[in-house]
Amino acid sequence: MRKIFSVILLIIICWGIILSLYKIPFGIPKTKVGEYYLNKGKEETGAANIVTSVVLNYRGFDTLGEVTVLFIAAIGLGAVLATLKKKGKRKVEQASLILYTGCRFLFPLILLFGAYVFIHGHLTPGGGFQGGAIIASAFVLVYLGCRGKRINEVSSKTTESLGGLIFIVIGLIGLAIGGHYFLSNFLPKGELNTLFSAGIIPIIYIAIGFKVGSELAGVIDNLFEES
Amino acid sequence: MSFLHNYIYYIGAFGLIFIGLFIILVKHNLIKVIIGISILETGVNLFLIAVGYISKGTAPIFSKPGINANQMVDPVPQALVLTAIVIGVAVLAMALSLAIRLYKHYGTLDLRKIKEQRW
Repeated sequence: MRKIFSVILLIIICWGIILSLYKIPFGIPKTKVGEYYLNKGKEETGAANIVTSVVLNYRGFDTLGEVTVLFIAAIGLGAVLATLKKKGKRKVEQASLILYTGCRFLFPLILLFGAYVFIHGHLTPGGGFQGGAIIASAFVLVYLGCRGKRINEVSSKTTESLGGLIFIVIGLIGLAIGGHYFLSNFLPKGELNTLFSAGIIPIIYIAIGFKVGSELAGVIDNLFEES
Repeated sequence: MSFLHNYIYYIGAFGLIFIGLFIILVKHNLIKVIIGISILETGVNLFLIAVGYISKGTAPIFSKPGINANQMVDPVPQALVLTAIVIGVAVLAMALSLAIRLYKHYGTLDLRKIKEQRW
C-alpha cells in the first residue's frame, strides 16, 4: 500500500519537475552575472580561480553563513550526543604493527596535502573546505588504524575558534577600510597566478581550512566516542 | 539519440533525485533513509552543475596565459554547489547523531517500531 502510494506521489513530482524544467537548454550560456565574473573577476580580485573569487569576494557574506551553519551543526552534534551516559572504557584491540606504522607514516603526508590544497585555493581547484575535509580524513585514518589515540579537545576547539575569528576580523577590517562591503580587499593584489596574489583570499582560505579541519575532526571524534 | 546525448546529465541528475526520494518514502531503516537524503543531495548538485555547463568549456581558472574567458563554464553554480556540499555534510552529521540517539533510546532503527516516527 505504502509503496503504491509512494510511486504515485513520485510520478506526480516527476511530472511537475519535467513540465517546469524541460525548456532549459543544455550547454549554452545562461546567466549574465557569470559572464561578468569571468570577464572582470581577474582584474577585480586578482585570483586566477574564478570560483574562489566568487565564494570569498563577491559572495563572501554567504560563505560566512555557510561556516556558521557548519559550526552550529558541529555544536548541535556535540550537544545531542553529550547527554548520553558514558559507558566507561571499552576494550580496544590494538592494530597490527604494519597498520599502526603505516598510519603514523601517512598521517603527516595527508596533513601536508590538505595544507597544499587550501593554501593554493586561489590558483588551483580546491580551497579551504576541501583542504579541511582532507585534513579530517587524516584524523579518520588515525582513529581507524591507531585505536586509542584521540585528538586534543582543547587545541582543536582553540584552532576552530581562531579560524572563525580571523575570518570575521578580516571581513570587518575590509568593511571598515577596504570598501563598502564585507570581505572587501585591502591588501595589494600582486601578480596573477603567483602564490602571493589575490590580497586577502589566501589568508581567509587558510583560516577556513584550519576551522573546517578541526571542526570535522571534532565531529568524527564525537561519533567515534559513541559507536 | 541526440536527445539522449544532449540531456544525459539532466536525466542522470533527475534519476538520482528520484532514487533518493523513493528511498526516503519506502525504506523503513533510518540509516537507509539518511543514505537516501544524501543521494538526493548529490542529484541536486549534479543538476546545478549541469545547468552551468557550456559546450566545450573548461574550468573557470586562468591557469594558462592564452586562455580566454568565453570558453569557460559558468562559475556561479559551482560556487553555490560548494556551499551546498558543506551544508549537506552538516545535515548528514546532524541526522546521524539523531539516529544514534534514537537507537540508544528505542533499541531499534526500524521506523515501524518507533511509535512517534510511524506514518
